[in-house]
Amino acid sequence: MKLEDLLNHSSEWLKGTGPSSEIVISSRIRLARNLDKVPFPHWANKKQGEDILQVVDAAVAKIDYLKNTTNFKLADLDTIDKQFLVERHLMSHEHAQKSNHKAVVIDSEEIISLMVNEEDHLRIQVMQSGFNLYEAWNIINRIDDCLASELSFAFLAEWGYLTACPTNTGTGMRGSVMLHLPALVMTHQINRVLTAIAKLSFTTRGLYGEGTQAIGNFFQISNQVSLGHSEEEIIENINSLIRQIVEQENQAREALLAREKAGLEDKVNRSLGILKSAHIITSQETVELLSLVRLGCDLGMIKDIDRRAINELFIITQPAHLQKIENKKLNPQERDVKRAQTIRSKLKNN
Amino acid sequence: MFCDVCAKNQATVHLTEIVDEQMNELHLCEGCARQKSAQMESQFGLSELLAGMAEFEKPDADKEVALLKCPNCKLTYADFKKIGRLGCGECYSAFKKYLTPLLKRIHGSGQHFGKSPVKVARVVKKKLDAQDLRYKLQKAVESEAFEEAAKIRDQIKDLENKQTQNHGQKEGPADEA
Repeated sequence: MKLEDLLNHSSEWLKGTGPSSEIVISSRIRLARNLDKVPFPHWANKKQGEDILQVVDAAVAKIDYLKNTTNFKLADLDTIDKQFLVERHLMSHEHAQKSNHKAVVIDSEEIISLMVNEEDHLRIQVMQSGFNLYEAWNIINRIDDCLASELSFAFLAEWGYLTACPTNTGTGMRGSVMLHLPALVMTHQINRVLTAIAKLSFTTRGLYGEGTQAIGNFFQISNQVSLGHSEEEIIENINSLIRQIVEQENQAREALLAREKAGLEDKVNRSLGILKSAHIITSQETVELLSLVRLGCDLGMIKDIDRRAINELFIITQPAHLQKIENKKLNPQERDVKRAQTIRSKLKNN
Repeated sequence: MFCDVCAKNQATVHLTEIVDEQMNELHLCEGCARQKSAQMESQFGLSELLAGMAEFEKPDADKEVALLKCPNCKLTYADFKKIGRLGCGECYSAFKKYLTPLLKRIHGSGQHFGKSPVKVARVVKKKLDAQDLRYKLQKAVESEAFEEAAKIRDQIKDLENKQTQNHGQKEGPADEA
């Protein structure tokens, strides 16, 4: 598989299918694993770093379940390629920063990704469209077992999987759910919801994970605690929280329709109008407007636009995607022009 | 819109900062944003936060602690305090005394209840089974499900008896030999 092949493929996380997909965009689980007695990536020397890459590569090659994966060494990728993978949620922003002794293994469906030598030797990630953490767990649990039969992981019965940062020790698991909550934002209830989430030891982040701001009404909610509960318990805790938030977003949507239908229709259609006619547009404005158009599709206010087209626009209007499609480097101003052009042509055909 | 810092380049990064409950909006170009992010990292590094949490634990014996060194990867406890990351899996055993309260503070628990690697699984399964039962017992008592608790207590006794018998059997033939 070449990186370019992904361009013609819809990312799992934005497929817009799966349970509760009007509100829950995607479900993701990651497991942190380290090789026994081998220094963690930040503490490993050059040779150890290279050895880790080779050992993991060899293990992955032996696993039948991972036979449809491709291993990309970060040293072989340029800045745009790396950003492209970050935008597709196949690797973290942090992983893209330095290239030495790093790799990412991706399956052709973009469900599985394995980051090698990120903060831990292995960061296994499984993505599912919609509200589906259990399915993600089933897949990742199997991958983890396969890897553990080839590799010796650092583990203590008392403390579980040992990680570079003690905040991940235990299960090494982080379950995250990406939510689209425009009605809670519009009805000014979102801060109350986010405060409650923080009190329950969950964290909220933006579209691209750690350190990113919530834009376009997208919120990523994940567990903070990884030690002291089993994986299933952690998932059930996230699920019950998400079910409540989905319920509240649905109620807020109904309230908006009951009280301010005309105002909402106006907002949704103005957003669509701007997207259809703008000649210069930033990525932030794009995400914000697409968020409203998506809400319009969910509520049946916009009928002549395929929801898949909206989902696809979220992906292909990102900086590295625009440059990958154009196959050349574009500065921010050029990107804003190209972005507007891409959106116009996509929406014209719909 | 031009960058708030250099006022030369177009602002493409928009940042909201909250300082002393005052919200400030900053519009930066790519270069200035990168500098700003490095600056923020050094101000609010996770490492200091973690080290601060561990610090709590020990009012004295600073020197002794700083000299602690992982025999496997040679990372010292002072290194851990500085970078907020451990050096390898063995560090957990080397710094056990200081990590125990730290892990409890971060996670609210000091005992793993999740899965274990397949290779280790067979060896630790019995140990984990007993731990799991004790955890369930605690939960049952907390929720006042006393009948359930009594059942779990019996299961723990059974498991412990079996383990003692197994030990006896293992040692048996050795004694004979």
